[in-house]
Amino acid sequence: MNPFSAPYLRRPIGLSHSMNLVLLALLPGILVYMFLIGTALIVQIAIASVAALFFEALLLYLRGKPVRERLSDNSALVTAWLIALTFPPLSPWWLTVIGVFFAIVIAKQLFGGMGQNPFNPAMIAFAVCIIAFPALMSQWPTQGLALPFLKQLEIIFDLAPRLDALTSATPLDAIKTAMKTDTLQESVQKLLMSQDLYGTFAGRGWEWVTMAYLCGGIFLLITGTITWHVPVAFIASMSAISLVCWLFDPSRFADPIFHLFSGGAMLGAFFIATDPTSGSSTPKGKIIFGAGAGLLAYIIRLFGSFPDGIAFAVLMMNMTVPLLDLYCKPKVFGALSSLPVKREAPMNEDKAP
Amino acid sequence: MSGQKIFSFPGGIKLAHRKEASSEKAIEPLPMPDRLILPLRHSAGSAPMPIVKTGEKVKKGQCLASAESWISASLHAPTSGTVRDIGDYPIAHPSGLAALCIVIEADGEDAWVERRPFLEDSARLGPEATQRYLQGMGVVGMGGAVLPSHVKLSKAPGISLETLIVNGAECEPFITCDDRLMRERSDEIASGIIFLVELLGAREAIIAIEDNKPEAAAAMRAALSARLETTANDIRVTIIPAVYPAGSLKQLIYMLTGKRAPAGVLPAQLGVQCFNTATIHAIWRALAHGEPVISRIITVTGNVNRPGNLEAPLGTPILDILRYAEVRPETDGCLVGGPMMGFLLPNYDAPIGKGANCLIARSPEFFPARAPESPCMRCTSCAQVCPQGLLPYEMYRWSRVKDFAKVINYNINECIECGCCSYVCASSIPLVQYFRFAKDEIRTAARKKEAADKARERFEFRQFRIEREKEERSLKLARAAQKSAAEQAEIAAAVERVGSSGATTREHGEKA
Repeated sequence: MNPFSAPYLRRPIGLSHSMNLVLLALLPGILVYMFLIGTALIVQIAIASVAALFFEALLLYLRGKPVRERLSDNSALVTAWLIALTFPPLSPWWLTVIGVFFAIVIAKQLFGGMGQNPFNPAMIAFAVCIIAFPALMSQWPTQGLALPFLKQLEIIFDLAPRLDALTSATPLDAIKTAMKTDTLQESVQKLLMSQDLYGTFAGRGWEWVTMAYLCGGIFLLITGTITWHVPVAFIASMSAISLVCWLFDPSRFADPIFHLFSGGAMLGAFFIATDPTSGSSTPKGKIIFGAGAGLLAYIIRLFGSFPDGIAFAVLMMNMTVPLLDLYCKPKVFGALSSLPVKREAPMNEDKAP
Repeated sequence: MSGQKIFSFPGGIKLAHRKEASSEKAIEPLPMPDRLILPLRHSAGSAPMPIVKTGEKVKKGQCLASAESWISASLHAPTSGTVRDIGDYPIAHPSGLAALCIVIEADGEDAWVERRPFLEDSARLGPEATQRYLQGMGVVGMGGAVLPSHVKLSKAPGISLETLIVNGAECEPFITCDDRLMRERSDEIASGIIFLVELLGAREAIIAIEDNKPEAAAAMRAALSARLETTANDIRVTIIPAVYPAGSLKQLIYMLTGKRAPAGVLPAQLGVQCFNTATIHAIWRALAHGEPVISRIITVTGNVNRPGNLEAPLGTPILDILRYAEVRPETDGCLVGGPMMGFLLPNYDAPIGKGANCLIARSPEFFPARAPESPCMRCTSCAQVCPQGLLPYEMYRWSRVKDFAKVINYNINECIECGCCSYVCASSIPLVQYFRFAKDEIRTAARKKEAADKARERFEFRQFRIEREKEERSLKLARAAQKSAAEQAEIAAAVERVGSSGATTREHGEKA
């Protein structure tokens, strides 16, 4: 299609470009995850991708949209991969499919599809599943568990029994339990130092996965796929609140490094809270959005009943977006002039917000 | 040449310049076409009145139509010949509509009228006479906006002119006419600048040239340094980064002075005035040689075998120019102006005007088809490149649902339609097209509201008048009634009096 009026030039970069960059940036995290936590992740990614493309195509067809054209923007794949990465790697296949269904069908397409979803689809999937299937969604593999790939497959497809021994508390869970039981002999500091589970600084294995997410995030920043506002604000606010708590009582609270590199903090900061559609769009709004998500995630981690707080923090901040966008409008170029700005009166006053 | 501070405006985009096809081609005169079509409305403001008749013989440079209002400029014959017609012809306008034109058939002699330079008179008669002279010579802005130049020589009351900006940025891709003009005719431009600095009493003059035109900058510097002893003013060439839209008025003013012009504020109110290099060249030709504006340099490029820079008489049909440049067969359209802010020509018979700086023969090779429009995902790349600091994705969203009050709230009146947002949009949304639509709707609504307000005012006044007349009438009637009642009473009293006295008389009489 040629435009009817100027400009006649267009940057030859489509929607799929940034989506592909996001997928590329997830790769280091995926590889480290597979190497340290479980090779079954690749199966989860495959299940989620197929389900996402299926649901997306079906819904686009039902909604009378150009299926091939819209499907090729790869946004469904980004959602699918994020679901696979945030769900426990050994969760049953149908749990992943349910998650994808809620993300693509309910949270995205029923709200109007690409660009219209008020909530982050992947986080809707996480929130729905963790409320509906809390036990399954909390089954994180025991650290250092070296199950053969086929065995992992059998568990995912419900061909082998799920043994409690296979799963254990995540570092975040252990810290939370320690804090809640308030047993003084088990101070967080001691806990962190005493057990093999916690790795060098934030949980064995996980610290390297989140490190890889951070690298991918920096790649996104360098390529201009995301702006600095959300990740910087997220990391800054989470560091600030955890630093204050840690300084206040190091025996009850973990240090900022632990919080930044465990759970979904890095994934959340660079890949989830940066979703342009459900996030704030102005620079100031993005900063508030990122900071709010970091703060809420920390609070939910400490005091909530779920293993991690990223999903609910992001969803809660999604709710504030219309307000943030309304009140964080940047100043127009000419408005900074020393001259008084003459404005035309709005046409119909009653409609103006 | 000193370390001029360059303020960088928000946003902007780096574009492939694509100027190499024509930038090394010297300006060559286009052979005089047989027929010239001169639209009367050749500048911003009102059209001049024709002062020639069909069949009249005219000479080159003879005035064909004379400006009658202040924002208007005269029109002259680009060559000698005969006026064949004064009527409606298609003009170079996106609408493709016809407009009133004077058609001249060239006689091939190209004989000039008597030319009278004005330079000495200008010094003697002062700025106002110079303004009138330039209006009479048909000098208008040749960068594309075609505002009569004499209008810009008036100062804003109470504000002295700090900076005269000479716009040699030429920031749109493909266009090279100003580049060539500065390289080949730098002497005349420099003389024009020095003249304007003196006329306007400007403190300084800055010739802004993008960093992709070093030859033009060198030529301007050489021409200025040869003349700079003659003036004490600070006149300098400044290289600006080639970021589109650096040549846009507001952005250029900010880059060079740090002053921001909101919508509705004229540069003169900020103590700044800005002229295009080609305009300054035209001003100098008019003053020093008595030549009115009858031709312009135009770049022909794109899908042609002989791209170049042509000095074309005004009124030359665009088809003639494209033929001269040997347009290639697979061409599917012609853009007038740059690819970012120009328009697609609906009719090749249309002539070129004073603001036409570039013709681009379009083909899929130069302009690949746009991907189909997909939904906006609020990635905000449009906001990141907007040189006016606007939120195009919000303006688009509300334009689409026709909630124009919100569109106004997102400051659409500040939009300069530079096209950066449409250029970067990953969803391939023609954003500027939506904004033109919204602006038009807003203007129409404002006009309708004004008309409705006037009608209501008239109606209310009529109601008031009818009411007043009614009141007056009833008051009159009441007064009349009162008066008549009083008269009646008087009559009755008189009758009474008369009656009683009559009776008395009668009585008397009877008694008598």
